[in-house]
Amino acid sequence: MTAISLKNLDISYGPTKVVQGVNFDVAEGESFALVGESGSGKSTVLKAIAGLAPEWTGEISVLGEARSHTVDRGFATRCQMVFQDPYGSLHPRKSVDTVLSEPLMIHGLGNRNQRVIDMLAAVGLDQRFRFRFPHQLSGGQRQRVAIARALMLEPKVMLLDEPTSALDVSVQAEILNLLKRLRREQGLTYLMVTHNLPVVSFMCDRMAVMNKGRIVEIAPASALYDGNFSDPYSQSLYAASGGNPDRKDIA
Amino acid sequence: MSAPLLEVENLRVSFPTPAGRVDVVKGLSFTLGRERLGIVGESGSGKSMTGRAILRLIRSPGRQSADRLVFDGIDLQAQSERGMRKLRGARISMIMQDPKFSLNPVMTVGDQIAEALKTHESLARKDVGARVLEMLHSVRINDPERVIGLYPHEVSGGMGQRIMIAMMLIPQPDLLIADEPTSALDVSVQAQVLDLIDELVREKGMGLILISHDLNLVARYCDRILVMHAGQVVESCAAADLYQATHPYTRGLLAAVPKMEETRDELPVLDRSEWSGT
Repeated sequence: MTAISLKNLDISYGPTKVVQGVNFDVAEGESFALVGESGSGKSTVLKAIAGLAPEWTGEISVLGEARSHTVDRGFATRCQMVFQDPYGSLHPRKSVDTVLSEPLMIHGLGNRNQRVIDMLAAVGLDQRFRFRFPHQLSGGQRQRVAIARALMLEPKVMLLDEPTSALDVSVQAEILNLLKRLRREQGLTYLMVTHNLPVVSFMCDRMAVMNKGRIVEIAPASALYDGNFSDPYSQSLYAASGGNPDRKDIA
Repeated sequence: MSAPLLEVENLRVSFPTPAGRVDVVKGLSFTLGRERLGIVGESGSGKSMTGRAILRLIRSPGRQSADRLVFDGIDLQAQSERGMRKLRGARISMIMQDPKFSLNPVMTVGDQIAEALKTHESLARKDVGARVLEMLHSVRINDPERVIGLYPHEVSGGMGQRIMIAMMLIPQPDLLIADEPTSALDVSVQAQVLDLIDELVREKGMGLILISHDLNLVARYCDRILVMHAGQVVESCAAADLYQATHPYTRGLLAAVPKMEETRDELPVLDRSEWSGT
């Protein structure tokens, strides 16, 4: 079954069209990356799926069910998003416990205490962090809380918007390992936005390269091994990321 | 190598905490010629504080001290605030991390760059304008006549960072400190901005201190590298030898970076107990 299916998706912010004619399918259990430079519209695609950019036309369906243009509770239990900056995405005056219980409260789910304890353990946070506030946590710990919050409703599809770009290399490795382990344990599907190609190589199976609001190429992650891209833009992006040094001359 | 441009000996920076003063930079020493030095480390390793301390920009309640802090024969510690202001920008300048927060939002780009120049040199208005245009041109901004009249929110991140570079280089400093100049930018723009800094530094024979947490980037653009951890230098080596680094911390950092041809199933994570003795 396809986890995410986008057909002829156009997204605009007011009069400006930022994304045009996006088509792709992500299979269940797959990890798919959207790469491109800032302003290419890759985050906008995630926002449209999550319902944060409501001015879209075309078709978005997640796990076989079409997404409407309005707030959709059922949708939230299937698909959740993790944002780029853990310093901005957590409410500064809500403790970790409140942040994690909130989705359960909204959806009227019980056994909250145990679920919060289990989720903290799943993302590798000690129980002593449960009643702390975001300012008492490091960047990596905050991102773990943000991931835990997204997982509270046990969604099957996760939208990851540059989950490690605000973090240091050593912390990035921890978060990437965590995401990889969670995907394996819970059978999640990832749609991940990043501009870091080595991260794609580590995390993903396939990727779509975006430029100026359009997808220019969909390639398997193995293309990163040998720089086997057909589109000139993807090749230049690959070269700019320090690609395979033996093949730099192609760019 | 000629006489060193900058000599730093036993530099310390401390901040007060409820549990007493904590040293964030603990006895750092290095010398710098007209070369490119990279300082790498995780957040909290004290690398940015080192950059700031060289400009004596540590504000109260932070305190800095050093046995020796000499720039081109000038003892920086003996300078008054007024003396430091003459040096900052004119002789030593610093490129900050994020153009979004470092540019004045209510001043046009042209005025901001001109201000940097007028503070340090007295020039006729016509010459100031010409120098600004020339500088914008050399940081490869297309159509500088138009960009001069724009406000920072009207330019992109990469352009903003180039404007910052223009502003820092227009008084023609001898030493440039770049504190994570590209971490707010995209990969494709990142390479352009660093190539630009690199080219300008070589052309003008400046010294460069590049502060970053990205090991590969520093290895690509610097001659020499200092690896910092918890306020101390744990390893110092030529950039070409970085991949033969011996210290476990440096090795750990190198291993934690995902590679383009990634085959590992899990990335090694720093085991912080291993070098706690150092």
